[in-house]
Amino acid sequence: MSHSMFEVRVAAIEEVAPMIREFCFEPVQGSLPSFSPGSHILVEMPARPRPYRNAYSLLSDPRDARHYRIAVRLQERSRGGSRFMHEQVQCGDNLRISAPANLFAPYWPAKKHLLIAGGVGITPFLSFLPEFVRRQQNFELHYLFRSQQTGAYRDSLRQGLGQALHLYDSSQGQRCDLHALLARQSPGTHVYICGPQSLIDTVTFLAQELGWPRSCVHFETFTAAQPGQAFSVELARSGQTLAVEPEESLLEALEGAGVDLPNLCRGGVCGQCVTRVLEGAVEHRDAFLSAEEKSRQDCIMPCVSRAQGHHLKLDL
Amino acid sequence: MRIAPKAIQTFRDDFTYSNSPGAIARFPFPFPEDEYRYSVNIEPHLTPGPEGSVYEHLFDIDEHYLSEMAERNLVLQENPKRCLAMPHMDLACWDMIERVMVAFATDYPEYFALTREGNHWIWENKLLNQRDEFTFGDSSTLPLPPMEYIGRQVQGDFALLDQREGDLFMDAGIVTCPADWSLAFDAGMSFSEWHGPVPLAHEMGVFDRALKYLVAIPVGRPVRRLNWTLTINARMDTSPETYPAWGMDRASVTPDNVGEKVYLRVELQVLDRMPRSNALMFSIRTYLISMQDLVTRPDWAKRLHRVMKTLPPELVEYKGLSRFHPTLVQWLAQFDPAN
Ligand code: HEM
Ligand code: FES
Repeated sequence: MSHSMFEVRVAAIEEVAPMIREFCFEPVQGSLPSFSPGSHILVEMPARPRPYRNAYSLLSDPRDARHYRIAVRLQERSRGGSRFMHEQVQCGDNLRISAPANLFAPYWPAKKHLLIAGGVGITPFLSFLPEFVRRQQNFELHYLFRSQQTGAYRDSLRQGLGQALHLYDSSQGQRCDLHALLARQSPGTHVYICGPQSLIDTVTFLAQELGWPRSCVHFETFTAAQPGQAFSVELARSGQTLAVEPEESLLEALEGAGVDLPNLCRGGVCGQCVTRVLEGAVEHRDAFLSAEEKSRQDCIMPCVSRAQGHHLKLDL
Repeated sequence: MRIAPKAIQTFRDDFTYSNSPGAIARFPFPFPEDEYRYSVNIEPHLTPGPEGSVYEHLFDIDEHYLSEMAERNLVLQENPKRCLAMPHMDLACWDMIERVMVAFATDYPEYFALTREGNHWIWENKLLNQRDEFTFGDSSTLPLPPMEYIGRQVQGDFALLDQREGDLFMDAGIVTCPADWSLAFDAGMSFSEWHGPVPLAHEMGVFDRALKYLVAIPVGRPVRRLNWTLTINARMDTSPETYPAWGMDRASVTPDNVGEKVYLRVELQVLDRMPRSNALMFSIRTYLISMQDLVTRPDWAKRLHRVMKTLPPELVEYKGLSRFHPTLVQWLAQFDPAN
């Protein structure tokens, strides 16, 4: 994955809510790739002893890729990524980012788009909205926040959206009746949720209760960028023991130690990298092995999967 | 030495198509093993690949450029429906225009030039003697609809897949040299629907796994795979629409004419995420080589014999080889010392 990261410069940092900072990136060389509404990037933070890599939605207008903008909420119990962004990153610094990927694109044929944002979850919708307006889509945005902490971009949203915007400031006791909101939608409406897991769970549960087709419910997930825990791996044939860091894959760790495995996709589908496991439990993350093969716990796809515990022994 | 486009040859009627020694040397021979089975054979298309190889650039241009563009013109004149784009694919078509023009101007500056001042673009295609000025994103400023405009300047067939609901839909394309499938028929279909006729692979889970991988392809990280079949004569357009013109050719293979009649047809397929539309671009770059040219490489001849001999009957049938497969295997046997 590392070959696809490139450098950008932090052109501006702005506090857009008490706990949210917006970072604006400009290209160091050439221009930035264009992107589609709902795209995110990975941002690599050069922390010690090892870098962090977090996914953030692009919140700028997709028709304007001169800059990329992201918003970072300070997470008190974070792995350190958001704290690093808030405390270490300065204007003029260079950071490495990935090209945009999109796991949260709008469903254009929908009759109506119902957007539900919680706190900093407003960000992917900021890239939807200009395109919705241009394409004259029918939509509503319901934005739940706590003005003492979050609630960024309210003024510009009010100006741009008028009637389509509904604000709920829980610091002032304003609540959104999600059940009533979903219940009054007409068929053909698609709902999009971005925010805390509890909000996603509530809306998906209510939608199911109300008989919404699953295909009409969309939420932002960043599974592609999930790192793991560190673990050690013992190679039975060579007797070597390697450490696998949280931010690297087992495949990368093996390659780093000069152990070359066949591989093609590096994404858990092609099956090339399958390796026999002699000891230890596997956290399977691939789409290649069948459920039955996974439950046998005797092989692993090192490009994506990891140890459940702290140790694995491989037939290498 | 680099391959340069040569004068126009034909893929029909008198079939003047031929490969130079350089084109034979760089032919993408698709068999890494003595047996061929379906698999999820996808790998990153990292460019630049080996210099002079078909993998060097995002899009490969070779000595057949002018011939293929002339053939495409003939096909589109006969049947304009071989190019289509649903209205919601307009932005994806512009993504494709950008990708092709930027790649061509960078990789083949001797043939193509692109000047961009904001949305005002100037495009020069020196091979086709073409110069156009247009406003990027505004289809009314192009001489042709965007898919046809760019498709007529690039070798290979193209499909633009709209991505929705974790699936891909064939909502635009220009397909004038297909290996027996029809864009008009597949239009609007999903990934598993258009792959419906393929034997064995569905049960093996090949398509489920491939789809999961494809929908996760990010911008700027294209992947590729090879596919292959056999074609009688150097005919590019083996489409269902024109079946009456070529179907019976399969009965014309005899032990004496295998070498010149039977062609290995290899498709270099590249999948590339389109940045603005999130569509996936699927390019199918077709390479044809006659058996007599192929067997100038003893390793290829031997391997092809083994692949053909062990090809599952379902694949022989599906790929349309039944009529001449035994004749071909027998002919190839002379190149395999194991026989
Ligand atoms: C998303 C882009 C793709 C498009 C537009 C596409 C299109 C097609 C079409 C139109 C056919 C012919 C089906 C027929 O008989 O009517 C085909 C065949 C096939 N496709 Fe795909 N395909 C795509 C990606 C893939 C991928 C990623 C794989 C990976 C395994 C794959 C594997 C196959 C196989 C094995 C066949 C049978 C080919 C043969 O035996 O000649 N396709 N594809
Ligand atoms: S490299 Fe493809 S499954 Fe691991």
